[in-house]
Amino acid sequence: MELYRKPAHELSKLLAKKEISARELTGQVLEQIELKDKELGAFITVTAEKALETAREVDEKRAKGEELPLLAGIPLALKDNICTKGLRTTCASKMLENYQPPYSATVVEKLSQLPLVGKTNLDEFAMGASTETSFFKPTRNPWDRERVAGGSSGGSAAAVAAGEAVVALGTDTGGSIRQPAAFCGVVGLKPTYGRVSRYGAVAFASSMDQIGPITRSVEDAALMLQEIAGEDPRDAASSREPVADYTSGLKQGVAGMKIGIPKEYLALDLDPSVRQRFDEACKALEDAGASCIEVSLPHTEYAAAVYYIVACGEASSNLARFDGVRFGYRAPDSPDTTTMYSNTRGEGFGFEVKKRILLGTFALSSGQYDLYYSKAQKVRRLVADDFKNAFTKCDCLLAPTTTMLPFKIGEIESLSGQYELDLCTIPANLAGLPALSVPVGLSQGLPVGVQLVGKHFDEETILKVGWALEQCFGPMEVK
Amino acid sequence: MSINREVVEHVAKLAKLAISEEEAEQFTNEIAGILAYAEKLNALDTTGVDPLISPVPMQAVLRDDIVEENLSQQEALAAAPEVQDGMFKVPRIIEEE
Repeated sequence: MELYRKPAHELSKLLAKKEISARELTGQVLEQIELKDKELGAFITVTAEKALETAREVDEKRAKGEELPLLAGIPLALKDNICTKGLRTTCASKMLENYQPPYSATVVEKLSQLPLVGKTNLDEFAMGASTETSFFKPTRNPWDRERVAGGSSGGSAAAVAAGEAVVALGTDTGGSIRQPAAFCGVVGLKPTYGRVSRYGAVAFASSMDQIGPITRSVEDAALMLQEIAGEDPRDAASSREPVADYTSGLKQGVAGMKIGIPKEYLALDLDPSVRQRFDEACKALEDAGASCIEVSLPHTEYAAAVYYIVACGEASSNLARFDGVRFGYRAPDSPDTTTMYSNTRGEGFGFEVKKRILLGTFALSSGQYDLYYSKAQKVRRLVADDFKNAFTKCDCLLAPTTTMLPFKIGEIESLSGQYELDLCTIPANLAGLPALSVPVGLSQGLPVGVQLVGKHFDEETILKVGWALEQCFGPMEVK
Repeated sequence: MSINREVVEHVAKLAKLAISEEEAEQFTNEIAGILAYAEKLNALDTTGVDPLISPVPMQAVLRDDIVEENLSQQEALAAAPEVQDGMFKVPRIIEEE
């Protein structure tokens, strides 16, 4: 039986009934990595032995009748900006090429019963949308290996799509979970800001970063969120809001629900095949008993500009910690400390990261702060208020996840100067809202995703609508 | 203020970031492009709008001050590029007399 092709919710039942073992399942997933990853490049580090050891422990506990979490024994991949104690965590950067964290992220502790098969590739420090800024290698799209897997969580999305993991975690600051999920034909959930602890996730833009699952089904995403959500005193932004039950109402259907369609997103320069799939998704929800109504988010056009200033400003501050003193790369042969700092950072960071640090430093510098950073934060309020207004008229929003199909490796160069490529995903980060990307089939052999955006802490609604969409379009095959 | 090569080099100094001549040129062009794009924000009147700092309202949370185990010195130093006598070692900071 090809277990690696199945979603986690089915596998967890088979494991619970002892029809399969975690070891057998993990073995199959590791075999897929062995077969495919040389070409795909989804992983920076593969941890086969560790995975099999965890699987064996889970099987033993189950044999003894010990109580286990629902997802115990399901093979997991982690984006390589999530710290794992004693296991190399690189952020796909030369700066952290050999960094072994002295502690694990909270989410890693929470998922310790899931065999960890490896750490996945990303854009360097999660800065990019194609996994091409990785210091190590680009990740290829399992549906077309000449194309990108998206980014920055491209490795996690490609791994889940290719059967090299059953579930994965990514991080999303401006779309980095949802866009690669859409490009690879898998499900990606960015939870509400503060819903999941970021302790141990290497910080990029702290007012937007969020950890979330990448999975093969909406139900799997709900199960993963259930495991990782909740307050954590070690992340000051984590919320005390009670954690909902994400699976009990999942299959209730969408009859009577109001789905808002933001007209500004449809006015974007959408690829015709993306638009066609999006219209089909609207129709599918209406056929299922929901009503799709037009809503307006008038400040959408400013979201990308706000994002550049805020994200780069915060990144320039967060990345100040990489100075060659306490961890990471240090430039050799510096005559004094100041030269050591500058050379370490100049040599350790790649082009995109340096560009963002410079832009951010400029935007925060004396004389520029009010003009750029403060102005951007004010416009950010207007973007967030748009959503508040829209949610008085509807239960959640439906929008395209991306404006385009997965592009070719190397093509990003030709896209430079196009500042609005991530305009569909950025606003949810600015407003801190939960957002779920769900595959809605193929176009020209490539996956297309649509995105549901919900109210703060209302992951239940978007999961429910996402599940209904999945029933119409079916889960995608494992490539 | 518009950005130019000189400003980029000044900002690189502030950010403690060594950049090559060639990079300085590229960064100047790319950052100028982004800032020109961001100019569109100035078209909006934001008088009286409160800056949004955290997207979800947050309250300061107090906790009891309890002594807990922390990283040992050995663990804290384990990832450092250079260590001496239980301390992080860095190149010279003060000139010799």
